[in-house]
Amino acid sequence: MGTLHLIRKNLGRKKLRTTFTLLSIAIAFVLFTLLSGINQAFNAGLELAGADRLITMHRMSFIQPIPISYHRRIEAMDGVEAVGHFTWFGAYFQNPRQQFSLQPTELSGLTDLYPEYQIPEDQWQRLMNNQTGLLVGQGLLDAYGWELGQQVPLNSTIFPKSDGSYAWPFQIEAVFTQESTANEIQAFMHWDYFNEARAFGQDQVGWIVTRIADPDQSAEIAARIDERFANSPTETKTSSEQGWTASFAAQFGNIGLIVQSILACVFFTLLLIAGNTMAQAIRERTGELAVMKTIGFPDSRIVAMVLGESVLLAVVGGLAGIGLGVLFVQGAAASLTQFLPGLAVTGSAVATGLVLAVLLGLLTGLVPAWQAGRLRVVEAMGRR
Amino acid sequence: MNEKTLDHIVELKGVTKTYHRGRERIEVLKQLDLEIETGEFAALMGPSGSGKTTLLNLIGGLDHPSAGEIHVSGQRIERLGSRALAKWRSNHIGFIFQFYNLMPVLTAQRNVELPLLLKKMSSKERRDRAMTALEIVGLTDRAKHLPRELSGGQEQRVAIARAIVSDPDLLLADEPTGDLDRDTAGDILELLQTLNTRHGKTILMVTHDPAAADRAGRIVHMDKGRLLEEAA
Ligand SMILES: Nc1ncnc2c1ncn2[C@@H]1O[C@H](COP(=O)(O)OP(=O)(O)O)[C@@H](O)[C@H]1O
Ligand SMILES: [Mg+2]
Repeated sequence: MGTLHLIRKNLGRKKLRTTFTLLSIAIAFVLFTLLSGINQAFNAGLELAGADRLITMHRMSFIQPIPISYHRRIEAMDGVEAVGHFTWFGAYFQNPRQQFSLQPTELSGLTDLYPEYQIPEDQWQRLMNNQTGLLVGQGLLDAYGWELGQQVPLNSTIFPKSDGSYAWPFQIEAVFTQESTANEIQAFMHWDYFNEARAFGQDQVGWIVTRIADPDQSAEIAARIDERFANSPTETKTSSEQGWTASFAAQFGNIGLIVQSILACVFFTLLLIAGNTMAQAIRERTGELAVMKTIGFPDSRIVAMVLGESVLLAVVGGLAGIGLGVLFVQGAAASLTQFLPGLAVTGSAVATGLVLAVLLGLLTGLVPAWQAGRLRVVEAMGRR
Repeated sequence: MNEKTLDHIVELKGVTKTYHRGRERIEVLKQLDLEIETGEFAALMGPSGSGKTTLLNLIGGLDHPSAGEIHVSGQRIERLGSRALAKWRSNHIGFIFQFYNLMPVLTAQRNVELPLLLKKMSSKERRDRAMTALEIVGLTDRAKHLPRELSGGQEQRVAIARAIVSDPDLLLADEPTGDLDRDTAGDILELLQTLNTRHGKTILMVTHDPAAADRAGRIVHMDKGRLLEEAA
């Protein structure tokens, strides 16, 4: 028998009370885990954005198209290394409610723009030779369980073909990988296939991405691009990819703050609940603690025992909550890959959660442990 | 260690204990001198409030005197700090209380093992020693029982097993039969006698009961914080 046996037995003496406390701790940690998952999803996008890429879109809004001719004009400007244009296709596979990012683009220039994309040479050749060939990110391929070479009938929520059908047949010819899975949750199709077959909107693109030679010049080049198209029927707004992602994420930033405040309140309440449980548990045991001291248990050992009990309670509750939270996030991530790629609980979030649980245990045990340590045997026995 | 402390396991010189209650000073023990020989079974009698428990607590190193010297088991303990005292208690003293004070969540055997958690030994050795102690008090068949599954007399036997498991020199018992019926009390007193005669434990027992005191080899009377003449 060790002290641990005694600690476990003590936790088990008021089963209902311990269960309720464990539950409230677990629930708080489920919340914590969910929040860190969401936080991670937004931050992932920010970290991935390149500082050397600019995004040009319609000045009024993201959904209004700009003429493809802008592509060549930007290409001709000083300080520009590579240019590509993209359009939101609104693709889905079988389930219309699960849209994912599929963009028509001039595939031959894609790796000039995104040198971090890795594509095997033989696959690249086949992709170039097949008009209906599809370039798919490894993450997306895995999410749908597709295979290389497979025929996939996709649908567009926006673009019908000239025959009126929204169904677009494709064949997966190449798979790209990237440092982060979050950026692999997308696919690209041949611009020509798209532009020739669609029923409307010919020669209009969604946005243009420009890679520049010197990231320090990004503000200046962005201004020059917008100046170039000023006073034309289609004015533009250009910003760095990072700035764009940041402003996109900022819309959710306030929500993050609110959720974090809620979390802080929950943990504060938890501190009171668990702290009260511990204080009560120790008060009920004053006589027993006095006996242990009489037998010769030093005060430090009594303090450690009480702290051990509260830490064990918090860690067990915390582990259960984090475990449940991870399951939730994984479940949600599977069905949200298209909207929130990068929704995941990182190892560091789990570690933070564990540290939080230990801290919670120490904090809730602090006052009862201090009281138990200070307890004078003669007085405690006299009180009986 | 001189010879005197060897045959006197307890030696008190001019021990005084004063409590302060607000401005009021209560002198609970007044200039006490007491010697107890190694191997003795002594009973301490006296009216309620005369200071018996206070005296026992001082001898057991649970409290500090206001003045005087206390030698127990060859050690001067009145100036030891709380940590040193705790360690000293675990090595030299076994306590027995009126209300047994067992851990309700632990089985009889684990209750007896409790003092051994302070010693470096394997869990098997702890278990073996606990079983030996339970055998001495005649309760091996109740080893796996929880305190609430035991009678008062059995609980007190477990408490006695816990008091002797670390093989202390001195047993301090504060009204050990105070909560038991006459027959059961007789059994417990017999057990204490056995521990004294056969296992060589020195025992100081506080009691109200003259019949209980008669079991002891020596009776010390106490009244209003002073020791009175001793009867054999
Ligand atoms: N912590 C304390 N503070 C103040 N007075 C105390 C304290 N402990 C005991 N006393 C007083 O000391 C006296 C002796 O108490 P005690 O030793 O318990 O007597 P007994 O055990 O003989 O009944 C009593 O008058 C009691 O009220
Ligand atoms: Mg008393």
